Amino acid sequence: MDTSALSLITVVLFLPVVGLIVLLFMREEQAENIKWTAFGFSIATFIASLLLWIGFDNSEPGLQMVQRLDFLPTFGISYYVGIDGLSLLLVILTTFIMPLAILSSFRAHVLHERGRVKLYFMFMLLLEWAMIGVFVAQDLFIFYVFWEVTLVPMYFLIGIWGAEQRVYAAVKFFLYTMAGSILMLLAILYVGTAAGTFAVPEIIAGVNAGTLVFPFSGLLSLDPVSVQSFLFLGFLIAFAIKVPIWPLHSWLPDAHVQAPTAGSVILAGVLLKMGTYGIVRFCLPLFPEASVAWAPYVALLAVIGIIYGAWVSYAQTDVKKLVAYSSVSHLGFVVLGIFALNAAGIQGGILQMVNHGISTGGLFLLVGMLYERRHTKALDAFGGIWKALPLYGAISLIVTLSSMGLPGLNGFVGEFTILLGSFGSEVLGFFFTLFATLGVILAAVYMLYMFQKVYMGELDKEENKNLEPLHWQEIAVMIPILIAIFWIGLQPAPFFSTMDASVNKVVRDVEVYFPENADTVALSMGEK
Amino acid sequence: MQTYAQLVPLMILIPSIGAFINFFWGARVGEKWSSRIGIFASALTFVVAFLLFSYLTNNHNEGVIVNPAFFDGWIRIGTSVEIPWQMRVDTLSVTMMMFVSFVATFIHIYASGYMHGDPRFTRFFAYLNMFLAFMFVLVSGNNYLMLFVGWEGVGVCSFLLIGFWFDKPNGVGWKNSNAARKAMIANRVGDFGMLMAIFLIFWTFGTLDYYRPGEIANVELAEEQAHEAAAEGEHAEGDVVVSEGEINTEAVVEGEEHTEAAVVEGEEHAEAVAEESTEGEEHSEVVVDEAAGHVEEDAHGESAVPHYTNNEHIETAQLGVFGQAERMIEEGREVDFGPFKLPIKTVIILITLFLLLGATGKSAQIPLFVWLPDAMAGPTPVSALIHAATMVTAGVYMMVRSNVLFVNAPLTSFIVTMIGATTAIIAGFIAMGQWDIKRVLAYSTISQLGFMVAAVGVGAYGAAMFHMVTHAFFKALLFLGSGSVIHGMEHGHHHASHAHGHDDRHDDHHDDYHDDHDDHHHEAEFDPQDMRNMGGLRNKMPITYWTYLFGTLALAGIVPFAGFWSKDEILADSWLAGLYGTTGLQQFSGFIALGLLIAAAGFTAFYMWRQMELVFYGKPRTEAAEAVEESVPAMTIPLVVLGFFSIFIGFINTPSEFLGLSNIFGKGNMIHFLEYTLQNAHPYAPLGGIFNPIIGFAALALGLTSIFLARSIYGHGHALTPNTAQGRDPLAANPDTGAIWSLANARMYWDETYYRLFEGPFNRLSKFLADTLDWDFWHDYVHNVVIAKGFNAIGRLLSQPVDLGLIDGAVNGVGRLVTGFSGRLRRVQTGYVRTYAITLLLGVVFVIIVLLLPMLQRNG
Repeated sequence: MDTSALSLITVVLFLPVVGLIVLLFMREEQAENIKWTAFGFSIATFIASLLLWIGFDNSEPGLQMVQRLDFLPTFGISYYVGIDGLSLLLVILTTFIMPLAILSSFRAHVLHERGRVKLYFMFMLLLEWAMIGVFVAQDLFIFYVFWEVTLVPMYFLIGIWGAEQRVYAAVKFFLYTMAGSILMLLAILYVGTAAGTFAVPEIIAGVNAGTLVFPFSGLLSLDPVSVQSFLFLGFLIAFAIKVPIWPLHSWLPDAHVQAPTAGSVILAGVLLKMGTYGIVRFCLPLFPEASVAWAPYVALLAVIGIIYGAWVSYAQTDVKKLVAYSSVSHLGFVVLGIFALNAAGIQGGILQMVNHGISTGGLFLLVGMLYERRHTKALDAFGGIWKALPLYGAISLIVTLSSMGLPGLNGFVGEFTILLGSFGSEVLGFFFTLFATLGVILAAVYMLYMFQKVYMGELDKEENKNLEPLHWQEIAVMIPILIAIFWIGLQPAPFFSTMDASVNKVVRDVEVYFPENADTVALSMGEK
Repeated sequence: MQTYAQLVPLMILIPSIGAFINFFWGARVGEKWSSRIGIFASALTFVVAFLLFSYLTNNHNEGVIVNPAFFDGWIRIGTSVEIPWQMRVDTLSVTMMMFVSFVATFIHIYASGYMHGDPRFTRFFAYLNMFLAFMFVLVSGNNYLMLFVGWEGVGVCSFLLIGFWFDKPNGVGWKNSNAARKAMIANRVGDFGMLMAIFLIFWTFGTLDYYRPGEIANVELAEEQAHEAAAEGEHAEGDVVVSEGEINTEAVVEGEEHTEAAVVEGEEHAEAVAEESTEGEEHSEVVVDEAAGHVEEDAHGESAVPHYTNNEHIETAQLGVFGQAERMIEEGREVDFGPFKLPIKTVIILITLFLLLGATGKSAQIPLFVWLPDAMAGPTPVSALIHAATMVTAGVYMMVRSNVLFVNAPLTSFIVTMIGATTAIIAGFIAMGQWDIKRVLAYSTISQLGFMVAAVGVGAYGAAMFHMVTHAFFKALLFLGSGSVIHGMEHGHHHASHAHGHDDRHDDHHDDYHDDHDDHHHEAEFDPQDMRNMGGLRNKMPITYWTYLFGTLALAGIVPFAGFWSKDEILADSWLAGLYGTTGLQQFSGFIALGLLIAAAGFTAFYMWRQMELVFYGKPRTEAAEAVEESVPAMTIPLVVLGFFSIFIGFINTPSEFLGLSNIFGKGNMIHFLEYTLQNAHPYAPLGGIFNPIIGFAALALGLTSIFLARSIYGHGHALTPNTAQGRDPLAANPDTGAIWSLANARMYWDETYYRLFEGPFNRLSKFLADTLDWDFWHDYVHNVVIAKGFNAIGRLLSQPVDLGLIDGAVNGVGRLVTGFSGRLRRVQTGYVRTYAITLLLGVVFVIIVLLLPMLQRNG
């Protein structure tokens, strides 16, 4: 394959940049044009990414539509992009969420109050570029650049257009993620220099062939040669902060609550998935031995996160904060699925990343609509909203149920396969699943509490009685989300089949190191 | 092959379309058409169910599997997980479909009258149709996950319908939505059990399917019939038939000898044979059995397709859950769960225990029954349809469906019996102390569900189903009757207060009844559901009265009403389980069940007659009761229809032992019908019938005694005084019974106990985790104080010796950003962009240096 020919991926990746450049030449006064241009480019990116899916070969476990150009050949760094079953759905999730986030900001009052419309939408497109970049980059160095670049626009989106404590939240978000990234950077540099290249597929091939060995002797061995655990942790901590895995979640409620609606949607919808994606993409295949050894411990944190997040969520008095903590719980499921280290768990995990993006993204959009009307997010300020806004109430109900994991809707399929996978996992098993499944009860507890407080009960507050009905743009934003909720819920097979081959490859590479296979591994090592 | 069975997806599709139309165009088509669409959709499902029934009866009652068009698969992960959308038409699922769609249709009709004038009338019908769709998903699915889809789906509909009047003023709306939430959460606790059971089933059997295509559900029956057919064929055509059913004949002989259940003995025998013959053989999966495993050629030789009478030709892994379970038990296999191994028997006990947890949620058993009484906050048709006749029986259906598993888990069966029988008697006891007409019925429903669950526990799966069907009719009738009474009371109250000029704001508009209920200024004092406010309605609403009487007699188990037959079948089977149970545990549970259930039956007759006395007899105790009028025909016609069936539906399963009734109605029709699907429909068949005259008449005598007792306490001059506020129950007034009655009246403090044990601590811990641990400690203290300050301190430490102006600038940049954002947005912003650019540049330089170093080393 000619890897220098212009790949569709490069088109998808740089369409937002083209949009950004176009916006650069527009004047701030042309606010309407700016909005629609940004929206147009995000839609174009979405359509291009659908072409990716159409051209995607489900049976191929390796990278597809690869493009590779030398970038810094001396250091083994190249512009290397491609997709496989692990990243395809997440690219599409990104390009799916972005137009919705952009459209939902058109009428945002912060944009009117604080102005700088052009800058806002430029940041949105920059963010889209960086996020797609994270999911398609196949070079550790390029990945790291994209990873860091996502921080910049998000930092400003929160810092400029956020709520009262926006600066605090923005700085915290930035520093927290940065702190993790530094560890990852060190690990990346080590891996890159050891392998002599930053190209991920080559490194993985080396690891599997045994030509590139990161010695492993125990979880936290002080043996200076035994680096695998520390490299694994270097990556994992960076990802864990992003996810966030309990107890590294402290930045999340601040960032979510302070961010403008579109910011929260993108945060929950895509940015958090960069962490879980990174685990599947890098931690598992690069450090399979450490992954197996650490799996129960990370899964334990995930299960704690599931229960803790749900429990804390229940006590919140701010709708946005409630939804933010629910993310800790939901992403705990994803991490649990990944560290089940079997096909069902990982596939469920990836699908659940998409599901969470859709459902929680949808919830933030809905909360945003309420916030636009009432300028508050306090649970006590509402009640009986369903009566005031029947359509809005009905949509909210569906999205809430989806987030709760109602069978027939998308959330269930992901949760179920994750739990099924973790139950049958060689490295986890019964008790992890038992406690994680308790999260299903708790999800009903906090979600229904939220639903009841906001939507049910008597419509007794004057301010709530004459709320402006949904604007067509608001309905238009929710329709794709509803479609996705039902589609994935009823027919998830097409989604699973895209990941099948790639996930199986990851699983095969990792399961060699399962305890029960340890003897055969030692044997084959001895033969070498 | 195109058959009527292929129609089964319509059971789901039709009500879905009905719901869809009502959701999106309900407001446009108006009340009349909205209800017509709903009723029509429901009636059509009954037609389809009937076609499915006729399909079965024309095809030897053999179950078939149907793959719905356009939905070929569902969850499919590589080759390891395959869970399809797949439906099963068999005698069990069709039984469910028939009675659900029939009762539902009349409840829809009733609702068109009852809900008349409600502002969300069309939404109500949309919900009802949606409920039906999910209910049929539940019963028609061929795997546990589809069951679970329906299971949760009906739960959501229940949530929506309990909270249907979520917006009522004066806190009523809040109470309603609380009840809705409580129901959903209690059910979710049960769902937790369902999910765990599903995971266990999947990793034990590798599938969630009940049966696979071509599999025969009840092998014994199939072989028996093939044997009979072959015997006939021998006479007719002289064909030599491969010998079949050795097991059966032997089993019967042995069963007689040891006075043990033939079925169970047969299994044991088969096990022994299997063990002998599989010794040292590699293919231990395929059960080798001399008597079985032969292909029965078509008797007439017309078809080359072999007609199997058993599943021996199917590999174990290709069987459904139940077929595999039986084989694995025969082989005494161990199941490998990765970290640990368990023998199959233990696994099945675990599975059934988790399933039982699910059933206690959905079918409102101890310990999760507390949601059902509160669920009466929903409109009365909902109580009748969802919370009495159909949804709450789903737990029983699920256990009956899983009978193969429960039969093989004696420990679970024992617990099931205990839970069912205890629930039956406790709920029956509480019902005796309630004033709210619907609450009495709610506890009665819990109690009757307890009967069904106990029946499952003693192994009388057919009896459980029979009681489920009869109960659906008479309990729906009673709820609809109570709705008619409540409606009448609201109406009467409206008129009474109108006449007295208490409230002139209202015109006499029929449409306002429901709003009425809360708009009246003294409405809070008047409760149209409180039986103390009623009395003497017998003459005011004669249709309601007579049908209610039939329902009461059916529920109380008075001959010949429906409940008599079904309840006595459960009692008779408990007795047989006690006598002939295969284990001591089963025998014990049989006798316990018999004792508790007979007592519960006594309670049933008592509280129902208490209700009759308080509501219909005596004299009206309020002006509202004085002014009550009969309800509209849309409401009374369903009452009449259901009343008719409450009398006669019991004859679908007439025992042969009783007065020759079986000559007219057939003998145990329903049990035989179910036997094609349920191996254990009536496990004690060779030992005793489905009716035991002694127990039957003892229960009848007890029921009649209870009625007379209730009449002597509440009837005649002992009825309550018109003073409703202080109206005391005669039992409460009596010092001997006062304390006990108060306990029943306080619902035995279940809710309070749960609040103290679970809800309170849960909330407090939640507050503690969220506010103290997560926010004050982790968020504020650790991050803002320890980490941030520590970071600053280290920064100062580093910056002093290094003293780079650039770092200072960066720190200052952050500082400026933090302090003065609002006023100087633009300036600070650009300032910070510059700082960031510098930082980033520095970072890149750093990265390149670090990268260069090893390269240089290598080159050098």
